[in-house]
Amino acid sequence: MRQGTRNALLLLPAGAWLLAMLVLPLVVVLVFSFGSRGAAGGYVPGFGLENYLNLGSRWQAFQNTMTLAPLGTLICLIVAYPLAYYLAMRAPRRWKTLLLVLVIVPFWTSILIRSYAWIYLLGGQGIPSWLHAVGLGNPRLINTPFAVVIGIVYGYLPLMVFPVYVSLERLDKRLLEAASDLGAPPWRSFLQITLPMSMPGVATGSMLVFILLMGEFLIPALLGGGKVFFVGNALVDLFLQSRNWPFGAAVAVSLVAVMLAIVAAYMRFTRRFAGSRDDVSLI
Amino acid sequence: MKHMQRPMNSDSETPIAELRGTSKHYGAVVAAQELDLSIRRGEFLSFLGPSGCGKTTALRMLAGFETPTSGEVLLDGQRVNHLPPHQRPVNMVFQHYALFPHMTVAENIAYGLRQRRPQPDKAGIAEAVERMLETVRLPGFGNRRIWEMSGGQQQRVALARAIVNQPKLLLLDEPMAALDKKLRRDMQIELQSLQRQLGITFVLVTHDQEEALSMSDRICIMQGGRIVQVGTPRELYDRPLNRYVADFVGKSNFFSGIVQDGALVVEGLRVAAAPGAGGTGATASLRPEQIALSRAPVEGMVNLPVRIEARIFLGEHTEYLVRHDRLGGFLILVPRQAEAAEGGFEPGAEAHANWRAEAALILAE
Repeated sequence: MRQGTRNALLLLPAGAWLLAMLVLPLVVVLVFSFGSRGAAGGYVPGFGLENYLNLGSRWQAFQNTMTLAPLGTLICLIVAYPLAYYLAMRAPRRWKTLLLVLVIVPFWTSILIRSYAWIYLLGGQGIPSWLHAVGLGNPRLINTPFAVVIGIVYGYLPLMVFPVYVSLERLDKRLLEAASDLGAPPWRSFLQITLPMSMPGVATGSMLVFILLMGEFLIPALLGGGKVFFVGNALVDLFLQSRNWPFGAAVAVSLVAVMLAIVAAYMRFTRRFAGSRDDVSLI
Repeated sequence: MKHMQRPMNSDSETPIAELRGTSKHYGAVVAAQELDLSIRRGEFLSFLGPSGCGKTTALRMLAGFETPTSGEVLLDGQRVNHLPPHQRPVNMVFQHYALFPHMTVAENIAYGLRQRRPQPDKAGIAEAVERMLETVRLPGFGNRRIWEMSGGQQQRVALARAIVNQPKLLLLDEPMAALDKKLRRDMQIELQSLQRQLGITFVLVTHDQEEALSMSDRICIMQGGRIVQVGTPRELYDRPLNRYVADFVGKSNFFSGIVQDGALVVEGLRVAAAPGAGGTGATASLRPEQIALSRAPVEGMVNLPVRIEARIFLGEHTEYLVRHDRLGGFLILVPRQAEAAEGGFEPGAEAHANWRAEAALILAE
C-alpha cells in the first residue's frame, strides 16, 4: 500500500464521523439560520437576514456569556495555578498520585447533582442564613452572577489544574537551579522561568475551560435561575420552547463565530509566550 | 579575544574557597564525610571519583544548592553555609547545561547580569554579551534559539552564561559528559586556556581520570564520601597514597604479599624492594610502563618468565597482557623504540618481564 493510501485509511473513521456528526449538522444550522419560522414552529426554507438582524433581542445572553465565560476562566486559572504548582513542585512524591486523584473525585458524580448541592448551599437556608446567624447580613447569593461564577469555578477547576500541572511537572527543575545560581531570587526565577515555561499548559487549560464555558447552559440554568442566562440557555429556549429554529440557528452560528474569533486572538497572543520547540500544547 | 579583569579583592593568601570538616547527610545516608580542602586562588581543581563518591555533593555545597549538615563552607574567608545560591559570587556550568529554552543565546548569557541590582544599562549588557560570544568563539550567534545549537555550541553558551558574571569560582559539573570524544578533547584544551586567560578559579567534577589529569592543577580524589588524596596529577600518579588512588589515576599492576628481608614476597617470588618490618602484609604497585619485556633475563632486575596473552597496538606504545604461572595476569606498556630494539612478541610466545626492584611502589594496606 502506498503511504498516502495508508494515511487516508488512518484518517477515515474519524473523518467520516466528523463529517456526518459535525460538518453536516453545522451546514444544516447555517442553512436554517437564513430561513424563517413556520406558523407552528419549525423551519420554512428561504433566504433572508432577518434572524441575524434580530440578534439584538438576545443581546443580554451574549453579554452574560462573554463576560462570565472569560471571568470564570480567569478565576479558574487563579485558583488552579497555585494548586497545580503545589502538586508539581512541592507535594511529597508519595502523596502526589493520591492528591491528583482527589482533584478529579468531583467528576465521579454528575454535575447536575453537584449543582443542586450548590443551590442548597447558596440558597436561603445555606450560606446566607449562616452569615445572618453571625450578624453579617443576609446577602442574596443564589440566582446571581456570583453564584454562576462559583458553579463554573467549582465545575471546571480540574480541567484547568491538569494541563497546568503537566507543564509544571515537565519543567526541568535544573533550570530553576541555574536561575538561582545566576543570581535570581526565588520570586524572580518564578516570573522569568517557571511562569513563561508553564504558558503552554496555561493556554491549553484556559482554552479548554473557555470553549466549554461558551456553550455552558446547565450551571446558569440551575444557579442563575433564569436571571443570569448564557447563550446556551437562549438556544435551549429557542429550539425547545419557542420552537423558533431559524432564529436559534442564527444565534448558534453567531456564537460559533464569536468563539472562533476569540480563540484565534487568544492563540496569537499566547504564541508569543511559546517556550521551546519541544513544548507541545493541546491547542 | 579580550582579557577580563581578574577578580581581586582580598589578599591572595586566603584560599578562594574552603571546606572545613564539611559533612552532608541525607537521613542515614552520608553523602560527604568531613571534607577538608582549601581551593587556591586561580587554580584549576578537579574532584575525581566514581559516581556516588560525594564529588557532586561537594560541588553543590560550594554552589549553595546543599547546606552542610556539619562543618563549614568558606568563600573568600567568609562563612557561607546558609547563603543561598543567588547570593553567592559563584557560577556553575551544569551537566546538561540547563540553558533557558525560551530565551535566545544572548538572553541566556545576559541573564546573570540582568539579575544585578542596580541593573547594568542595556548597552553595557549587550556589549558584555558580545564580548563573551567572541570569547567562546560563537560570534554572531546571539539571536539563535537554544535548540538550534549543537551540543558543543550549547556547552559554550553555558560556559559564557557563567563566566560573564566573573565569578570567584566557576563550578563545572561533568561538563563534557554529553560530548563525543573528539569534541571533548578540543573542549578540554579550550577550557584550560580559557581558565588561564580569565584567571578565574575553576572547580571541575568528573569521573574521567584522563580529563582530570590533563586539565587540572590539582586533583582531589574522592571515595565513599571522603577525600582520599589531594595533589597535582604528577604527585597522584607517582606517589598514590593507596591502591584506590593508584588504580584510579592511570593503570597499574598490583601484587600483594608479605615483607621478608627487605623485599616483598608474593607466592615465594621476590617482586619488589620493601623496607620495613618483616612479616607484615603489603601491596606493590607497578605501572605498566615500568615493566620491560625481553627474550632473555636481564641482570640486576626482577625477572619473571611469562606467556604473552594479548597484544594491543596503541600507536606510540604497544600494550601486552602477559600471564605468569603463579602471579597471574598483568599489563606491560612497551614504547615503540623499545619494541623496535627487542622485536615484537606474538601472542602465545614466551618472554621475560623485568623491572627494577626499587621501581615498585609499596602501598599501605
